[in-house]
Amino acid sequence: MKTPEPTVYDLSVPGRCGVDMPAPDVPLAELPQDLLRGELGLPELSQLDVVRHYLHLSQLNYSIDGGFYPLGSCTMKYNPKINEDAARLAGFAFTHPLQDPLTAQGNLALMYHLQEWLKEIGGFAGVSLQPAAGAHGEFAGILMMRAYHRDRGDAKRTKILIPDSAHGTNPASTTMAGLSVQQLRSDRRGNIDLEALRAACDDTVVGLMLTNPNTLGLFEEHMEEVARLVHGCGGLLYGDGANMNALVGIARPGDLGFDVMHYNLHKTFSTPHGGGGPGAGPVGVSKRLVDYLPGPIVGVEYPEDGDDTPLYVEVMPEKSIGRMRAFLGNFGMFVRAYTYIRVHGAEGLRQNSLHAVLNANYLRVKLRDKYPVPYDRINMHEFVCQGKFENSDARALDVSKRLMDYGFHPPTNYFPLIVPEALMIEPTETESKQTLDAFVDAMRQIADEAVRQPELLHSAPHNTPVRRLDEVKAARDLVLCCMPASFAEQAMA
Amino acid sequence: MTYIPHTDADRTAMLEAIGVTQLEDLFGDVPERARFPKLDLPAASTEMEAWWEMQGLSEANADVNHYACFLGAGVYNHYSPHTVDYVLRRGEFYTAYTPYQPEISQGTLQAMFEYQSMICQLTGMEVSNASHYDGATSLAEGVLLALNAVKGNRRKVIVSPALNPQYRQVVRTYLQGTGVSVVGDENLMAEISDLKTLLDDQTAALIIQNPNFLGQFEDVAGLADAVHAAGALFVVVPDPISLGLFRPPGAYGADVVAAEGQCLGIPLSFGGPYLGIFATKNAYVRKMAGRLVGETLDVDGNRGYVLTLSTREQHIRREKATSNICTNVGLIALAASVYLATMGRCGLEQVARLCYHKAHYAAGQIDKLRGYRVNPQAGKPFFKEFVVKCPRPVGEINDVLFDEFDMIGGYDLGRDYPHLKNHMLIAVTETNTRQEIDDLVEGLRQAAEA
Repeated sequence: MKTPEPTVYDLSVPGRCGVDMPAPDVPLAELPQDLLRGELGLPELSQLDVVRHYLHLSQLNYSIDGGFYPLGSCTMKYNPKINEDAARLAGFAFTHPLQDPLTAQGNLALMYHLQEWLKEIGGFAGVSLQPAAGAHGEFAGILMMRAYHRDRGDAKRTKILIPDSAHGTNPASTTMAGLSVQQLRSDRRGNIDLEALRAACDDTVVGLMLTNPNTLGLFEEHMEEVARLVHGCGGLLYGDGANMNALVGIARPGDLGFDVMHYNLHKTFSTPHGGGGPGAGPVGVSKRLVDYLPGPIVGVEYPEDGDDTPLYVEVMPEKSIGRMRAFLGNFGMFVRAYTYIRVHGAEGLRQNSLHAVLNANYLRVKLRDKYPVPYDRINMHEFVCQGKFENSDARALDVSKRLMDYGFHPPTNYFPLIVPEALMIEPTETESKQTLDAFVDAMRQIADEAVRQPELLHSAPHNTPVRRLDEVKAARDLVLCCMPASFAEQAMA
Repeated sequence: MTYIPHTDADRTAMLEAIGVTQLEDLFGDVPERARFPKLDLPAASTEMEAWWEMQGLSEANADVNHYACFLGAGVYNHYSPHTVDYVLRRGEFYTAYTPYQPEISQGTLQAMFEYQSMICQLTGMEVSNASHYDGATSLAEGVLLALNAVKGNRRKVIVSPALNPQYRQVVRTYLQGTGVSVVGDENLMAEISDLKTLLDDQTAALIIQNPNFLGQFEDVAGLADAVHAAGALFVVVPDPISLGLFRPPGAYGADVVAAEGQCLGIPLSFGGPYLGIFATKNAYVRKMAGRLVGETLDVDGNRGYVLTLSTREQHIRREKATSNICTNVGLIALAASVYLATMGRCGLEQVARLCYHKAHYAAGQIDKLRGYRVNPQAGKPFFKEFVVKCPRPVGEINDVLFDEFDMIGGYDLGRDYPHLKNHMLIAVTETNTRQEIDDLVEGLRQAAEA
């Protein structure tokens, strides 16, 4: 048995405190006794206890800074350190969202330019930075499409078309907007099935949600025809921008016929994933949806007296679907994305996409003889292979767990749902050939182990802080919080 | 600046392995007419030049390190101990993904489990999730939970007009496709007693903020019973700092607690990223949205943590999920955890007391000024914010405070409440010294006469 890191409550000793506060420098006011609480069950730790505890916890994590993280659909690229420092500059980190806009022109200018650049990169007529994450952007996009049709008196449109390879957030966002989902099958080359699409396109379609490149990492081969069909029946085309890292400077979704798309700043534009957020999910839209953008967004005015100093102001789009969240958005993420775009410029961003696609194709050709690739054609920034073997019962999950023993983060597994034993691999552009080759070696060795010593895979991982965990027990005997020791003692008494 | 490590030799070898001659050959599937657009973006900067530019932009703002801040209205300038950013800066935390592979994510998972534990203690609730985007979206998810959890197909939610106006807007955004009506704030002066009269067999939830948007404690006696008698859920939006000293929502019958956690050591950062706190009762755990960490054992019998009850979530349940939420704000929840662990039982209570006493001192001094009245409408107790009736438009007063006193003044309540034209909402926290407060009083005095 290893000794697990104690919890903050295990470490708590009554009477300790991690920081001191000044004594009151004003006369004390009378407290409303009937409103005061009973015991406050927070832990009591010294400052060094706190530091050691969280340092120990950090050491139990795998991270991009620590190693290769080829998690498909997540774009785990390097998170530049200048971005972190920029977001912490006092003028950014210590400004209040409700202060007079005249005293926050630097912030508003930054947001305005980021909006403009995202418009340019995506080929869109307008951008709102409000949504807090990709799924939040999807929800905003669907609400905009719904509002657009209703505004035109077209209330019978209640159906969103979604390919079977889509992220789960697509159907979930649709339901939240009060619309229904019709799923479309994929064809044998991993594209959306055109016959299925043609049959589904009628006057009840709000729109089609398309991830392009899709979650197989493949660019939709019939893009033009798909856009024609959807627009032809009066529907709108939604783009899931999760895979935008393949397309910056390669193609603009607006030029391909998309009416609305969310960006994931925490994927394409290098803002860190933070162990599950915060992200940011700005939405870009074509001309006909501009008035429906969630707001406020940032606009610019020039005073009439000939002064050419721009004045940045908050603007609510005319027919806005409303506010998606409080304030203007995840501003700290905007600072990071702005910095990222500034150091790259147009050609730098294009090189990122070119190399993201290069790296993914390189891994595919190096692995496909050991891991079947069901849709084996030139892919974009990621590809899907299968963790299944002749003469072995080892599965994708086992491969993933065994990779940990070799010091790598596993790929996304069991997604997309249309590929059995899926391993979805996205290397990103910031990984070197040496790293990719080391990963290939590990994967090929694991494939051999799967046949010769499958128990090595079944029992993996072996070298990690904990080994395979009992998820069934976790869901059955729900333990969702720990109790302060003093409370536990009281409960026993 | 580029972060791409490839040398020419690497590129050549890799292209050869793939069987193409140049990078551009990989994009044959992209329609030719749209391929390789020329993007009109500013030319690339070096890292050094970019750093100068970011410094310049940041200096074009007035920040609360250089200006005394009396602005709150939902987010506050509280002190954050240095442990918080120390932990946030660790690449092991901030460059990790959502902990879907628990064997190599125990750091994030245990930190989230402890976050859930501390939030339960703070709010007096039984279960907390691992966060939503912010207070407003957390509340919207709470409303969706209520609609889903009550018996029958109830289509009405009641909101207090003293709930943060932006939160009321976000709830309406979320509900626009569902046919649910949001009532209660048609009359912006409605009191809790007025809201009670709206409860009926169509009501799914009643939502209050406490202390409310105007900083005052609501009279919650018997309120939970009235809401429950109508078969609805009682949803409360508290100020987490106030819970260091004052009764938590769990103690007066809340079914759902949704709150903005920014006050727990998170920088103002011009509006985000913030922290949506969400806590509820065990009875609703399977209907709640968002990630949840549970304790379990590994094959060797060691304690460990995993994401659990994921059958509620979009990646498993798709259109039948409780919510579409995926990425939340894990790192900000970590920040709040480090804040709570550092402040501890004693520190958080001290902060709450300091806020209370300093706000009351400020209110007392301002109330003595000619032309100003503090909390003119009601005699409710208040925490760290209070309403000031002013002799002039709030914007004009704030200009004087800013220009003459290097001070960011209060929130103009007339923006959201027409009957509170020329009323300012002033927030005082532990970061405001007595000297700053005295300067504010002097500034207000001069502004009245200017």
